[in-house]
Amino acid sequence: MRGVREVPALPGRKELRAGPAAWTFRPRVVAVPIAGAALLVLVAALNIGKGSSHIEVLDVLRTLLGGGDRRESGIIFDLRLPRTLAGVLVGAAFGLAGAIFQTIARNPLASPDILGVTWGAGVGAVAVIVVGGYRGQVSGAAAEIGVPLAALIGGLVAGLLLYGLSWRRGIDGYRMVLVGIGLSAIGYNVVYWLLTVGDVDDAARATTWIVGNLADVGWESVGPVALALALLAPVTLGCAHLMDGLQFGDETARGLGIRVDAARGTLLLLAAALAAVATAAAGPITFVALATPQIAMRLARTARPPLAGSMVVGALLIVGADLTVRMVAPDLPVGVLTAILGAPYLIYLFARSRRSEVRA
Amino acid sequence: MGVTLAARPATVRDGSGRRRLRVRRLVALFALLLALLAAVTLSIVYGARSIPFHAVWQALANPAGGEADIIVRSLRGPRTLVGVLVGLALGAGGALMQGHTRNPIADPGLLGVNQGAAFAIVLAVVVFGVHSLYGFIWFGFAGALLAAVVVFLLGAVGGRGATPVTLALAGAAVSALLYGLISAIVLGNRQGMEIYRFWHVGSIAGRDFAVAGQIAPFLLVGLVLAVANTPGLNTLALGTDVATSLGQNIRRTRIVGVLAITLLVGTAVSACGPIAFLGLIVPHLARAITGPDYRWLVPFAALLGAILLLVADVAGRLVSGDRLEVGIMLALVGAPVFIHLVRRRGLVRI
Repeated sequence: MRGVREVPALPGRKELRAGPAAWTFRPRVVAVPIAGAALLVLVAALNIGKGSSHIEVLDVLRTLLGGGDRRESGIIFDLRLPRTLAGVLVGAAFGLAGAIFQTIARNPLASPDILGVTWGAGVGAVAVIVVGGYRGQVSGAAAEIGVPLAALIGGLVAGLLLYGLSWRRGIDGYRMVLVGIGLSAIGYNVVYWLLTVGDVDDAARATTWIVGNLADVGWESVGPVALALALLAPVTLGCAHLMDGLQFGDETARGLGIRVDAARGTLLLLAAALAAVATAAAGPITFVALATPQIAMRLARTARPPLAGSMVVGALLIVGADLTVRMVAPDLPVGVLTAILGAPYLIYLFARSRRSEVRA
Repeated sequence: MGVTLAARPATVRDGSGRRRLRVRRLVALFALLLALLAAVTLSIVYGARSIPFHAVWQALANPAGGEADIIVRSLRGPRTLVGVLVGLALGAGGALMQGHTRNPIADPGLLGVNQGAAFAIVLAVVVFGVHSLYGFIWFGFAGALLAAVVVFLLGAVGGRGATPVTLALAGAAVSALLYGLISAIVLGNRQGMEIYRFWHVGSIAGRDFAVAGQIAPFLLVGLVLAVANTPGLNTLALGTDVATSLGQNIRRTRIVGVLAITLLVGTAVSACGPIAFLGLIVPHLARAITGPDYRWLVPFAALLGAILLLVADVAGRLVSGDRLEVGIMLALVGAPVFIHLVRRRGLVRI
């Protein structure tokens, strides 16, 4: 009898057999990142091709693979690639950070900006813009290195504060969220206070930064995000099983053998670092971390935000918004368009999926 | 029947425990009323120039037109009244909002009310050239109302009406959309930027009795609706299925709740800007005193909201002579206290 046991059919999963080994997977969880990545390559190529001298998509792709002529590769690698690449990386980092926060807080509204990490970064950056440097004239080296560096430090400090202040015989998700909104309120109001103190010109520039901007991004800001993603994303993906347990609540997670406090603390710091680095590069594009996990979750039809899916959707949202901005209104910062594009799509998704959705 | 069942907190089992709880709540209510009175007094007495009590009394009873009289009657009096009204509104609105979304981080502006008001005001400035505060208020209120209706309808599309998650997400999405539109307008318009960034911080300064009169009727209706909504919220807290089986008309409860939140928060926001943090923390503080019963929670949250707002306003005046607006002061002083409380007490969960 035991020899002929069938693999139980799991609803919504496909099985894959190779000799004695067998896996099950959800087709949509795999399909969403793959299809998204393909679309991302296309949109990114379009975005790179756009500019004062237009380059066709196929030429862009050929150049990226190493086959373009000198002029095109000069334009692409020196001038245009950093902006698009930064968009991809920042979007992926925000998407991942949002997915982590929403899972460990078990709250669809939890995102780095509601928990204060992005506003910590905002305080650093706006302080440099408005207060630091020459009055009204942060330029040159101070603007190129000072603002991102201050943002990075501010974001990391906020992340550590969130961790430290939430820690009280372990990290409780509910307490973390409440401490986070406290931190966020402090950071947010310091930012706005700095804005009312500053000149209108400074305030406009700081608002541009707050909304999120890719226009001034060069290779020097791509580097840190790339490094952080390369280091942190694999670690996060390796922690996916912890999130699988944590989504059911602490008791169940403990029952599943997860060290809840350690797991939540680690994930919190990972997400904070990702969000801080991304904010440092492009400003707090606040909507991305909130919306992309929810969009990815509805596309992949999973119970919690899928990690790879969130990264891809985040990247797609930012690069797509960047492309739209450059076509419609080149002066606007990209963050304006991420919300204008992303919000209706999110609304459409959950309005459509309401009938079949399991109510949370 | 269902309501009384639902309203009884789980911790209270026997009659004497219930009585003790009620006494404790009544004592706390009395203490809060006293604190509100103290806060009002502080707000009238202290400022860039403090005015002795007898002068305040004289200004209120029989004014002679002196400097102190003018300060009390045309500056601090209205400011205090507006502060009380707005504080009551934001506190009650925040408690309702967190109840309806069942989310501890739901801001009273989450229904899209804040950004709706902001968007309408920016439009009023940029497109229609409105510059007076009185004009703003109507635009802001219309924007808030419209945004709230849109959010509620989106949250209720298809399915069985608005659930906590869809309501919260629809609010967040619409708010983000409006924020994007506001940024797009403001970044290209210097005058809009100038007005928006000061309105945006939130302040009760410079509001006179006319403003108070303008917002008071809406706030009163909102408060009445809020109180009427509380038994239904108690039942809803058990989950929609249980509430339905207890005979609750969920759709009506939600609509009354959304209407109350919109009236309260919409008017408060259009008069004073988004005073962000207040409506978020006050329900948690109130819940720590009253427990989860919304019939007590909402009035307590309203009173606490008024007290905190006035205290923060006075503190801002004392620290920096009106350079620090109340919203900023509230967050900078209130947030550390709030974090401390969260760590020490372990607040009552929703």
